[in-house]
Amino acid sequence: MLAPVNVSLESLNLMTLAPMLIPIIGALIILVIDMLKGGLDKSLYVVLSLLFLIMDFSTIVDASSIFMKDGTLMGVFDVMLIDGLAILSQFIIVGASILFIPLALSHKRFHEFAYPEFFALFLFMIGGFQFMVATDNLILVFVGLETSSLALYTLIAMHNRDKSFEAAVKYFTMGALAAGLYSFGAMVFYALTGSVEISKIAAVLAANAYADLAYVLIGVVFMLAAFAFKLSLVPFHTWAPDVYEGSSAAMAGYMSIVPKIAAFVVAMRLFEFLIHSGVVWLEIVLYIFVIVTMTAANIWALVQTDVKRMLAYSSVSHAGFVMAAILIGTTQSNSALFLYWILFSFTNLGSFSMLWISRQKHLPAYQSSDHSYDKFAGMIKTAPIAATIMGLFMLSLAGIPPFALFWGKLYLISSAVTSGYTVLALIMALNSAIAGYYYVKLIVFMFMKEPIVGNDGHMYVANATKPLRTIIGIAAIGTIFAFLAINPLLEFVTSFVYNSGY
Amino acid sequence: MLDHILSILIFFPAIAGVFGFMIQKDSVRAYGVAVATVEFALSLWLWFAFDANVSGMQFMEQLPLVPAFGINYTLGVDGISLFIIILAAFFTMIGIASLTETKDVKNMIISLLFLQMTMVGVFAALDAIVFYIFWELSLVPMLYIIGAWGGPLRIYASVKFFLYTFAGSLVMLVGMLFMAYFYYQATGVWSFAILEWYRLILPENFQLWLFAAFFVGFAIKVPMFPFHTWLPYAHGQAPTIGSVILAAILLKMGTYAFIRFSLPMFPDASAFFMFPIAILAIIMIIYTAMVAYAQEDIKQVVAYSSVSHMGVIILGTFALNVEGISGSIFLMIAHGVVSGALFLLVGVIYDRRHTKMMNQFGGLAHVMPRYATIFGLMLMASVGMPLTINFVGEFLSLLGFYQQSHVLTILAGTAIIVGAIYMLAAYKKMFFGTVTIEENRNLPDVNKRELLALIPLSIITVWLGVYPNPVLAPINKSVESIVQLMHDKSITEEAKSRIPNLVQGIEITRTSKEEAN
Repeated sequence: MLAPVNVSLESLNLMTLAPMLIPIIGALIILVIDMLKGGLDKSLYVVLSLLFLIMDFSTIVDASSIFMKDGTLMGVFDVMLIDGLAILSQFIIVGASILFIPLALSHKRFHEFAYPEFFALFLFMIGGFQFMVATDNLILVFVGLETSSLALYTLIAMHNRDKSFEAAVKYFTMGALAAGLYSFGAMVFYALTGSVEISKIAAVLAANAYADLAYVLIGVVFMLAAFAFKLSLVPFHTWAPDVYEGSSAAMAGYMSIVPKIAAFVVAMRLFEFLIHSGVVWLEIVLYIFVIVTMTAANIWALVQTDVKRMLAYSSVSHAGFVMAAILIGTTQSNSALFLYWILFSFTNLGSFSMLWISRQKHLPAYQSSDHSYDKFAGMIKTAPIAATIMGLFMLSLAGIPPFALFWGKLYLISSAVTSGYTVLALIMALNSAIAGYYYVKLIVFMFMKEPIVGNDGHMYVANATKPLRTIIGIAAIGTIFAFLAINPLLEFVTSFVYNSGY
Repeated sequence: MLDHILSILIFFPAIAGVFGFMIQKDSVRAYGVAVATVEFALSLWLWFAFDANVSGMQFMEQLPLVPAFGINYTLGVDGISLFIIILAAFFTMIGIASLTETKDVKNMIISLLFLQMTMVGVFAALDAIVFYIFWELSLVPMLYIIGAWGGPLRIYASVKFFLYTFAGSLVMLVGMLFMAYFYYQATGVWSFAILEWYRLILPENFQLWLFAAFFVGFAIKVPMFPFHTWLPYAHGQAPTIGSVILAAILLKMGTYAFIRFSLPMFPDASAFFMFPIAILAIIMIIYTAMVAYAQEDIKQVVAYSSVSHMGVIILGTFALNVEGISGSIFLMIAHGVVSGALFLLVGVIYDRRHTKMMNQFGGLAHVMPRYATIFGLMLMASVGMPLTINFVGEFLSLLGFYQQSHVLTILAGTAIIVGAIYMLAAYKKMFFGTVTIEENRNLPDVNKRELLALIPLSIITVWLGVYPNPVLAPINKSVESIVQLMHDKSITEEAKSRIPNLVQGIEITRTSKEEAN
């Protein structure tokens, strides 16, 4: 006869689940509403999602104040782990989602937003990401990862174009492979240590002084490959440009930010202790990953003819750049990762939104793809404000001071300098210079070429509505005035990272 | 108001630029001239309020920007930066006033106002990151000016200009981060304040590496041989105003930064690299002079001669003594005035004939006597004739370097004299002889608007050539303190002997006093 399980509810700390449950409940409510009365307008669902996300955000604010008072919080049989990393990354995830969701209120009608399922899936996805970052249990990470990924595949496919299906299937196949690799890696670690919790794995491995190094390395290889897929590190990046091209610009911008920060956090939890315990092989492999990803993606971006593909490669390159933080693995570099990603969210979401508002339903004859460079020729003459804002985002991505991303680069390169990675720091700096070329190329098209005949500039804002303009305005203000926010942001991020022991 | 005059000088044009978007495009030139004139008046006021007897920084301002990382918005001027700021304000003013572009004039003027913000910012910044912000930001308006109003190859030229400088300055940024890190290791606090970096004494091998990192950024900007290849393109394709600002102010950022950063922060490395850099500078002087002689295009002649003179500035800077450095700073101003004026003059003839090829001219002295006179004066100044502004600077620079090496100085001096050949040859081709081409027969002479720019420049050229003291004295004062700092900070024998000790007299009296006791 089984002994009755006695667990007091207080010890479960169910409040740790609150931030994840809010979007999930929200998604269910949206589905229920649709069931009761169909055919409602998308604006209803946008606002509902927005409300749930704002509630979600405020519970995270609450969690952060608890963290500042009491430190790391565990809950639900110690599966949930609410530490500084979890809170910071949830801020980014939910914050970027709040900025993303109003983009659905576009002027043109697009297929996907007609379905309430889109919004339900969207909220499920956020819940998945939140689970993924708020635990160090490899199984829960897997559950979160798959929940969010499966939702994301569907969201991409719902864009309903030939390329979107291709993108979704491609992403799905690659994602399934990555999931397989991940579970293999997790299995190896479990076999080695008898635990699926990263902290316990670390403890057991340290206790026997990495006696089974060969098995650890096998596990690491699988894990590394899985995360490299998710983070689109070269040579596992091949899906990224096609998927970005196939999905709507807004979705592509979202994909370049939110799934990656979730993967970064898990990678940080897992790889940090391995690097610090002297698994030299991992350090070398990561070093190569970082450099190859930055450089190769930059070079591919140089030759793109479509702005969205260029931005896709540039996102790959930025991911490689930020991966350097995990390689370096100091408090400063980990803080730099979050600082960089917060600033990157503003800038990248802004630039993808600029593509989104210029989205046409039917391409004119001279345009080979949705966002070819030619489309933007002479934009300063026909749509000066839009051109200036787009130029601003490009300069920020290139790392021109004092715009947002410069500060992220500054702090990240500085963390490389402080921990003795001199060559890496130089390579990072020079890569920013290479990247300068393709960002400037768009500026050249916008500011220095003559507009194509018959382009009256309307198409640059064809898809714009007030909510979209507001989002772009927020992104632009965040990009320009970032220098005022850097100090509080840096102090906040550093204290959270430091107090979580990273 | 004087407490914040530097901030006002920096941000007034930028704010005015933002408001400029609201102005109707036919009236925007008057607006630009008005703003630039106010700015120039403010810069003159700065000069008036400047205390020439103080060698250190004046009108300092400080605001925390990212205190957690030691970045503060710190500003200040001394004798070294004061006159370059005034020059920047002056050239923006006459540049806008004599602007002949008519296409998208509003965008051009707004870009110029933003450019002015970055120029003043670079010379007033006393925090490395603030310096870097303005330094990088200055690329953007210039990219636009060259790329949108330039010649047929303008896009190639502007992108090359941007990428070259951008790549160089990123290496410099890594150097700055290292410097801040060393400062952090030494003191336990992060700081990017230049004045605090001055107090840090680094071991020689650290100095060498950091010097090299900063050198890449500065040398590309100057531009020094062999990094100069972007400049002829930029000058060749840029519109007149772009070339004027580029030659007069933007290139000075590089040479100024050598004096502000490299010399006082790395005195031993400066002494170590003195001869290699001097040799590069001399190659630059001779080689570009020879290239200039081979040019068919008058603007390219002026461009290469401008690079050639930048070599003399570098030579003076790396003389590492008061004469040389003061001379090089004076020459920066002189070079700004003279080459700025020459580019304006080239622009005058280009506006009339839409060609810059020298074989298209000839005998212009008959048709345009006033033009020929001013051109002649500026050409003499450029060649370095005594009683013109360039002579003072070149003479002092060479005098300074003569104390370090006789042979190299003689080589450089000869090269400058030889440099006169190509200028005179160009002048002969354009102005003397008979008018051979029919179109040139009825060219109008310089008009009032052009005179508005050229006459003040001519006056300055002669005035400071005859009586350089009002400018030279404050420069000298500040340079003395920098040289003394370098001497005190240096740790190697080589550097101690190369960099003169200015308080020697006092020390001797002190020792003799001790002996007496």
